[in-house]
Amino acid sequence: MNTPSSIPVTFSVTKVRADFPILTQSVNGKPLVYFDSGATAQKPKQVIDAIHAYYSSYNANIHRGVHHLSQVASAAYENARKKVQKHLNAADENEIIFTAGTTASVNLIAEAFLRSRLNPGDEVVITGMEHHSNILPWQQLCHEKNATLKVVSVNDDGSLDMNHFASLLNSKVKLVSCTHVSNTLGTINPVKEITSAAHAMGIPVFIDGAQAVPHMKADVQEIGCDFYAFSGHKVYGPTGIGVCYVKQSRYSEMSTWQTGGGTIKTVTFEKTEYVDGPLKYEAGTPNIEGAIGLGYALDYINAIGMEVIAAHEQELLVYTTQRLHEFENVEIIGNAEHKAGVISFNVKGVHPFDVGTILDQQGIAVRTGHHCTQPLMQRYNVPGTVRVSFGVYNTKDDSDRLIAALEKAIKMLS
Amino acid sequence: MATIAETENEIVEDFAMFDQWDDKYQYIIDLGKTLAPMNAEWKTDDRLIKGCQSRVWLYTELKDGKVVYHADSDAIITKGIVALMVRVLSEHTPKEIVDAPLDFIEKIGLKEHLSPTRANGLLSMVKQMKLDALALTAKN
Ligand SMILES: Cc1ncc(COP(=O)(O)O)c(C=O)c1O
Repeated sequence: MNTPSSIPVTFSVTKVRADFPILTQSVNGKPLVYFDSGATAQKPKQVIDAIHAYYSSYNANIHRGVHHLSQVASAAYENARKKVQKHLNAADENEIIFTAGTTASVNLIAEAFLRSRLNPGDEVVITGMEHHSNILPWQQLCHEKNATLKVVSVNDDGSLDMNHFASLLNSKVKLVSCTHVSNTLGTINPVKEITSAAHAMGIPVFIDGAQAVPHMKADVQEIGCDFYAFSGHKVYGPTGIGVCYVKQSRYSEMSTWQTGGGTIKTVTFEKTEYVDGPLKYEAGTPNIEGAIGLGYALDYINAIGMEVIAAHEQELLVYTTQRLHEFENVEIIGNAEHKAGVISFNVKGVHPFDVGTILDQQGIAVRTGHHCTQPLMQRYNVPGTVRVSFGVYNTKDDSDRLIAALEKAIKMLS
Repeated sequence: MATIAETENEIVEDFAMFDQWDDKYQYIIDLGKTLAPMNAEWKTDDRLIKGCQSRVWLYTELKDGKVVYHADSDAIITKGIVALMVRVLSEHTPKEIVDAPLDFIEKIGLKEHLSPTRANGLLSMVKQMKLDALALTAKN
């Protein structure tokens, strides 16, 4: 595991926590410990206030009106796009498409990019640790087109079998799609290496960044991928907004998908001329409040600093992992060398649902189940796991509370 | 043989003794541990109740006009709750079962488990038990 780099003295988790109104509450009579940021992160008041300000002072439809409010709202929406561009270090703001979330981004690329290129006998390569959202759209398309979905094996420690990956690349492969960070195992995948290997064979690459963007600096130019997706709600922003980064050179290879208002230059009943760039893929009135809120969420984490957040969370990851090792009968699933944000574990002989229920009674919010990665659960032959996931607001005290609550759960359940 | 309402009252009285959450859950866990093992050949996929995070099997039969339930789960808390349901509903007529209001669940503070979104699917369990009873009435 990565050793945490130093955390600057200016970082105060107490100060961070004060920004998150939801964290002060009690659950089942105990102060809430929120360890489910992997499912969705809590929102700082800066984001909540930004959404409030949008509705109370400049709500209007965008890209349409000449009037003042519409221009203010349009500028705010486009400014959010710039913030995303900067955050991902994309070369151009036009490479940023706003979607409803990671799932919508995968579907967009499956439909607008892959559909027309995929022929019978072709292949799509994904990995054994993908979230259902990064399996199903490809699987569906493969079924329809008589193409084959190929799956890179996962090693026992939760890392990818890179030799197997290399062996799957050939001229029939039309896309490689891989998660940057596993939402179940926490594994950080070598996406840069994966991208260069695929590109060496002329294969485009989609990276699912849903679990990476909240925890680390994700730089699309450094990775070199063609597509990169993430969800607003997992990076302290609102739900229903997400991003699909599309490398400029790939736009010309994309067809339209969902069409309608906002995507056009001219329309007659015979034919339509579409705009170029992201607006072509943002049909209808978009999630304006969501995009603006996401922009503020990115401002928020950047003000703290992604390196600082990464270091803080690595420290929690290492500490919590060590403490979990104190239990003889706790087994951590996913022990890759490079991990971020997540620890999955099981108590031997105890169903994860039981553990989660008893933790919840003690105010500890964890997730139990398959985490939308059923094939991965089958790989490890477990019905599910208990998943602890970290956010910038978690503390070692939270981890200690978890350990004490787990001790009680084990006592009760075994 | 006690009526459904009488068994419900007994359970409500049992639970009234617990003022701590852990006593209540320990009781449910212990119930789960004592539930009679289910015949392995009945534990087939078509008897799995949908909507549960843990797996719950339910096998229902009619014996001398009374419905008899056999159930199991791979999670012990779910199994304990299943055991409670079996204790209340088993060995009653289909009509009694279909008509049972089952308000004890709320009274013993397990209402949260009845939520349609709750992963242990007590709601699906109750529905399936009643559906099975109904199906057996239709057969007769
Ligand atoms: C790795 C990964 N990919 C995709 C998704 C889907 O994200 P969303 O539900 O926001 O579309 C998730 C969310 O759980 C995820 O963790």
